[in-house]
Amino acid sequence: MAVDTALGRQRSRRSRKNKLLIEAGIVVGVALILAVIVPLILSDFRLTLLARFMSLAIVALGIDLIWGFTGLLSLGHGIFFALGGYALAMYLQLQIPEGQIPDFFPLYGVTELPWFWEPFHSFPFTLVAIVVLPMIVAGLLGYLVFRNRIRGVYFSILTQAALVVFFNFFNGQQKLINGTNGLKTSTTMLFGNQVGSPSVQFSFYLITILLLTLTYAFCRWLTSGRFGRLLVAIRDDENRVRFSGYDPTSFKVLVFAISGGIAGIAGALYTVQSGIVSPQYMDIAFSIEMVIWVAVGGRATLVGAILGAIAVNYARSLLSEQFPEVWLFFQGALFLIVVLVLPAGIVGWLRTDGIDGFRRLTGNSRTLSTFPSVELDESLQKEREIAEK
Amino acid sequence: MLQALFGLFDGIFNGISIGAVLLIAALGLAIIFGLMGVINLAHGELMMLGAYTTYVVQLAFRPLGEPLFSLYIFVAVVAAFIVAALVGLALERGVIRYLYGRPLETLLATWGVSLILRQFVRSVSGAMAISIAVFCLLFFGALWVLRKRSDWASMQKKAIAILLPLSLAIAGGSGFLLNQVPILARLWFSTRNVDVTAPAWLRGGIPFGISQLPYTRLFIIALTVLCLIGIYWFLNRSVWGLRIRSVTQNRDMSACLGIPTAQVDALTFALGSGLAGVAGCAVSLLGSVGPNLGTNYIVDSFMVVVVGGVGKLVGSIVAALVIGTLNYLIGSGTIAIILGGSGVEFLQPLVGFFTFFATASMAKVMVFVLIIAFLQVRPAGLFPQKGRSVEA
Repeated sequence: MAVDTALGRQRSRRSRKNKLLIEAGIVVGVALILAVIVPLILSDFRLTLLARFMSLAIVALGIDLIWGFTGLLSLGHGIFFALGGYALAMYLQLQIPEGQIPDFFPLYGVTELPWFWEPFHSFPFTLVAIVVLPMIVAGLLGYLVFRNRIRGVYFSILTQAALVVFFNFFNGQQKLINGTNGLKTSTTMLFGNQVGSPSVQFSFYLITILLLTLTYAFCRWLTSGRFGRLLVAIRDDENRVRFSGYDPTSFKVLVFAISGGIAGIAGALYTVQSGIVSPQYMDIAFSIEMVIWVAVGGRATLVGAILGAIAVNYARSLLSEQFPEVWLFFQGALFLIVVLVLPAGIVGWLRTDGIDGFRRLTGNSRTLSTFPSVELDESLQKEREIAEK
Repeated sequence: MLQALFGLFDGIFNGISIGAVLLIAALGLAIIFGLMGVINLAHGELMMLGAYTTYVVQLAFRPLGEPLFSLYIFVAVVAAFIVAALVGLALERGVIRYLYGRPLETLLATWGVSLILRQFVRSVSGAMAISIAVFCLLFFGALWVLRKRSDWASMQKKAIAILLPLSLAIAGGSGFLLNQVPILARLWFSTRNVDVTAPAWLRGGIPFGISQLPYTRLFIIALTVLCLIGIYWFLNRSVWGLRIRSVTQNRDMSACLGIPTAQVDALTFALGSGLAGVAGCAVSLLGSVGPNLGTNYIVDSFMVVVVGGVGKLVGSIVAALVIGTLNYLIGSGTIAIILGGSGVEFLQPLVGFFTFFATASMAKVMVFVLIIAFLQVRPAGLFPQKGRSVEA
């Protein structure tokens, strides 16, 4: 008996390893296709769009981590997104001859660089800041909120309020950060090349693919082990987790900070690809939209978050190019449909009902080994359906 | 010294009048949230609908001439309440009742509704209104007819799957055709902001010291007090109020005792939405009315709910007044002026600090920090609901 289970365990471990290898192969394959073949097909304009959508997919992964797995609905991810963008934009703005200051400062009568700009002269510091700065803000906010067991909608509203506050701060401080106008990056120089030029944009495209793959792998690793199971446990019954001797607060703070850091990376990539970072990135609507990308793709499925982000944004660029007024109706309907009809999202639906539905269509529905009379009795089947729901 | 005193009084009055707007906006939110645990992100858009209703009523009263025109505001308050309450009722019956127990999803769904409402106001025209009416007639009429059949339960899904696209297509087609008629294609409100002119007796104000107290502000304060009294009476003295309170305290037990909780939910949601409409009517006196009117108030009124707690009305009242006053005192620089004028040596470093925050947007930053600090002491708000459940 004991030998049996040991063998079984070994076998299941081996099959899991195989599955992981297959998945890794698929991911690498898709990344290679995106990096090598897609640029040949798409025009430059579409390619930068795709790159932008992929950087938005990175932030969707971060949201999936906290909402899909941990059950924390953040409506304030724009903060972290914008912070990452600002960090990189500040570095790029400082790529000017020694002793000069960025050209918008004199407009407001500022002659000296504000102190917090100084460290952004260094490239390594900027790279670290893109991730760590949002993490610190997210961790602090998370700690202050979670340690009082504030959760659910309270948490969502507080993140939204924080978003409005950050928006107001960045919007109002012309002398520190150029206020409403934001920081332009498209005309700045990076290692001697103009950031807006096609060759640099293409390398950003490749970097985005690489980072998206890495983020996916990281999230996959994070959610598949014990840590991931704990996150799901917090989502499903936080009190039971607490009574089992864990401290949910620290885990929630940690995962919120990680998600903020991921959003920072995405923001930095998005900024250099769209050419500007402005307080508009902290618009209320934009942050809620991030959530709907995940909801459309499928909560708690990482692939779903990526696909959802790309699909919704693609639909957006299609629709708003042609009928700008329809887009808001469509988006509103999307929110309603996803919540009411398709709560598991597209990928989630495919995984559960979709496969069965397809089997039923092709005429080989899954056979169950029960008494034939049970299978044939309609009322019993209906009851089972209800029970399964 | 007298001037500083006047300044302080002026600040407090302005704070109270801002607080009154916040309170009237947050009242409906607090009642709905307290009862159902639902945060209604479309609340701001219901306010916006109330404001537009005021505008329409005002237009309707204009031909009547002066003595009657000045009274339009009273009709507008009632009309705004009714319109917003009806929309709220439809929202509850159509969307929210399917989502009870899933508060985060409700948040997203109501955001979708708010997007639709905002765009609806921008692009509504005669043709669009008719095609919506056609759709409702076809879809709900067909459902009503089919519901009488005995095998309704088994065919429900299929019927909806056929009816919905069919009636959508017919309504869309007719809307497209009607749009060719110039009169019907004209936008009702368009994207531009509209202005509500206050009636003659609300213009001007009582002179007071260096400043004056505007009548519109006094009117809003009076309206808020009236709403408060009305709500208080309704919740504490009427039969349905008793039911609402009991469901707020313990939903399951109330259901066991025969209270129709579904009806209570619908009623409360309609009531809260109606209050949003009244708030919109009040707000329309302060500035121009546009599709994005609601977003300016919504976050602040959420903060009122968070700080006030959901147990009692008095929590919302205190929270709204405190947040309003703080916002004004910090934002207008009154604190900085008073500190600077006091001449006390050790307070002088604070003057620079408060001057830094002395704009409307920076005041919000500071108030948010204060709110977070306050929640460290009292996480459940000023007047939390007492109970022994593990969630509390």
